[in-house]
Amino acid sequence: MSEAIVIRTSGGFSVRLRPRPLAVGAACVLVALVVAVLAIGGGDYPMSPADVVRTLLGRGTSADAFIVEQVRLPRVLTALAAGGALALSGAAFQALARNPLGSPDLLGFTQGAAAGALTVIVVIGGGGLALAAGAVTGGLVTGAAIYLLAWREGLHGSRLVLVGIGVAATLTGIDGYLLTRANIPDAARAVLWLTGTLDGRGWGDLAPLLAAMIVVVPIVLLGCARGLRILEMGDDAATALGVRVERVRLALLASAVLLSALAAAATGPVAFVALTAPQLARRLTREPGPNLLPSLCMGAALLVTADLVAQRLIPGHRLPVGVVTGVLGGVYLIGLLAGRRRAGRP
Amino acid sequence: MAHESTREREHERAEGGGPRLAGRALTLAYERRTVAEGLTVAIPDRSFTVVVGPNACGKSTLLRALARMLKPRSGTVLLDGRDIHARPTRTVARTLGLLPQSSIAPDGITVAELVARGRHPHQGLFRQWSRDDERVVQESMAATGVADLADAYVDELSGGQRQRVWIAMALAQETPLLLLDEPTTYLDIAHQIDVLDLCARLHREQGRTLVAVLHDLNHAARYADHLIAMRDGRVVAEGGPAEVVTAERVEEVFGLPCRVIDDPETGTPLVVPAAHRR
Repeated sequence: MSEAIVIRTSGGFSVRLRPRPLAVGAACVLVALVVAVLAIGGGDYPMSPADVVRTLLGRGTSADAFIVEQVRLPRVLTALAAGGALALSGAAFQALARNPLGSPDLLGFTQGAAAGALTVIVVIGGGGLALAAGAVTGGLVTGAAIYLLAWREGLHGSRLVLVGIGVAATLTGIDGYLLTRANIPDAARAVLWLTGTLDGRGWGDLAPLLAAMIVVVPIVLLGCARGLRILEMGDDAATALGVRVERVRLALLASAVLLSALAAAATGPVAFVALTAPQLARRLTREPGPNLLPSLCMGAALLVTADLVAQRLIPGHRLPVGVVTGVLGGVYLIGLLAGRRRAGRP
Repeated sequence: MAHESTREREHERAEGGGPRLAGRALTLAYERRTVAEGLTVAIPDRSFTVVVGPNACGKSTLLRALARMLKPRSGTVLLDGRDIHARPTRTVARTLGLLPQSSIAPDGITVAELVARGRHPHQGLFRQWSRDDERVVQESMAATGVADLADAYVDELSGGQRQRVWIAMALAQETPLLLLDEPTTYLDIAHQIDVLDLCARLHREQGRTLVAVLHDLNHAARYADHLIAMRDGRVVAEGGPAEVVTAERVEEVFGLPCRVIDDPETGTPLVVPAAHRR
């Protein structure tokens, strides 16, 4: 445990800051910014990092400004926001489930959002806002269903995970059925969306996610984080310590579902960011607890980096970002399980 | 905020004449199973009360109800004369603490950090770590003999050490009432005695009211100054160990023929089960 820095004033105000998590968060933000500048500078119309920074500060040429503002900045911002939202949602789910596998990808929330989005693409037809609405509706309905199915005089981690996996399997089937009903262009669009991609993302895709984050992120970080830390020790211990268990849990579940659904609406269900970012953050901060803020920064850095890799890995051929995060996340997951096995844990 | 809560407590104590913690006409039930009906108990102030009884008699359920983990289907748990469920849970958490039967130590947490979590009901977003918090955590670790382990990881401790750490966390909550749900389960005999000695000392030196559920009748008779014996969701006997622990009562409550002799060490009642009946 790193020594904490305590700031106190005579009025009874006191805060405790831990240097290591702060440093991890700052490093992630720095990486995210550097990668963002590189990503904005790259592509068919290359720009030097200095030009990018100048343009972002409003002093670039009008051609540069057009490319940055209309094409590349929204894409990079969507990557940052979606990465952060997925990671925060993953950190909250993992803490609530008391299980590192408790991420929205594995618990069915992502599949629920996908079912909603596919319904919009295939059945109703529509894009942008309609797609976002579909994903959020799908995510929230799935969240409510899992909560009701898993609740037995309280919510238990393993039960939540098992119910979630069952729901995920069912929804994967429904998603597959929806795809078979689609005509070829719709199906192609749907499959691309399902892989997770940032191609062609504009301000319209970013706006709903950003608006929700401005409201939800402070609720999670300021309103629920302290309770969640205590909730990790079990419902009884948390109740004994004066945490309103059901209220904190419901607020967090709703926030996490909303964040993951809106991130999915903006980028498609990008695989594994929600699973890996919180775990990576934890390993770096070496801090017990949900590590919400470091996870958020880690997720933003991770997704924007993955997108840059996806665009540059094979020259002349852009991969959807979900392919990169999927491969990296899969390798990570295997590593996690292998490491646990070595440590003598299941 | 610290003196505010103290004032609040004094005010509450002045208010009612009865014991600080009591259950009135409680019907306790889980989803389908009713555990107790019309159960009424009072915990004498400043006592070390131990609840005993055979398996499934409802003793842990009673403790959970007294600690507001379980909402009674009917009846009321009264804390300082008022319904415990009608009060803000944070306020209750500054008066009444519970050591649950099983808690989960978060991965990679140190002893000092875990004990510090006991300060939660005294903290807030802008009051994260006061001097009081720091002092109380140190004192709690000292009182339970885990101060030397402050920077050790909880998951690397032995069972006995870990139980002391959880007790330290409950102490750090600084509640005048402390409930312990089977604090000696899973410990070997030496660590059981160690934990009970610790409880007795906390009761004696800090003047806290302790309520524990214990399996071992002899431990209960040795350490408690007030016993509540339960069977089938009812209180069968209540009072000092010498009154409650008699051969007839033990047979009535546990269905165990036995003799009760004086404990040669402490003079408290000692149950000696009868040799196998053939």
